[in-house]
Amino acid sequence: MENLNSYLIVSAILFSIGTIGVLSRKNAIVIFMCIELMLNAVNLTFVALSRHLGNLDGQVFVFFVMTVAAAEAAVGLALMIAFYNNKESIDVEDVNLMKW
Amino acid sequence: METLFFLIISLVAIVSAIMVISCKNPINSALSLILTFFCLATYYVMLDAPFMAAVQVMVYAGAIMVLIVFTIMLLNIRVNATQKHAHKVALSCIIGFATLINAAFIVFKSRAAVPAGPYTSNVIKQVGHTELIGKEMFTTFLLPFEITSILLLVAIVGAVILAKKKL
Repeated sequence: MENLNSYLIVSAILFSIGTIGVLSRKNAIVIFMCIELMLNAVNLTFVALSRHLGNLDGQVFVFFVMTVAAAEAAVGLALMIAFYNNKESIDVEDVNLMKW
Repeated sequence: METLFFLIISLVAIVSAIMVISCKNPINSALSLILTFFCLATYYVMLDAPFMAAVQVMVYAGAIMVLIVFTIMLLNIRVNATQKHAHKVALSCIIGFATLINAAFIVFKSRAAVPAGPYTSNVIKQVGHTELIGKEMFTTFLLPFEITSILLLVAIVGAVILAKKKL
């Protein structure tokens, strides 16, 4: 398949955009969404390579990544609500109790 | 024709991904992220993986994004116009572009292995993608599948405990 590289490049672009978002935003929910974006970029790589190699292992792995993302969403958002109840804010700069 | 379609979908995916990180209001970011997820589902259909596309729409665009939008609306954070830290944004852009250049270098320099597996496009179309994935998951990947169910159980317990008033 000759256009495998185009899928990989799109995936790399999405991953970099997610990286920029994680590093530059302060809202914890937006950072969380950027992490989801990075996970999805990796999933696209898995599916494209699995299709290219004629092997379904990568797609099963994408299924597991989605499960982990769902578990992460449940626990992470519960953490954010617990933090908001304490501090009335979800800026990551307010989470500085363990900052040296 | 397929190339044009691919380019259009790529454009929508990348623009909406940029919207995710540039919108001030988290709700707009969440809606852009849903658009990105739909574009990825389109890619999965183009890559002969219709089951993955269905799961992408149901789990990501459905379940996870509903959770995120629900949390945003529950917390009801007002958009405060704080000053942006320009040096922080510039530094993160540099790191992001370095990541992109690194990944592009790897993609263009390396060569993927020749197609060797048994699951070609014709086989997938004849047998059915869902059936192939199911067979693979319940035979080769049975143990990871069971461990995944334990992970979900732990996540449920963790979320319930975190949501309690007194920890």
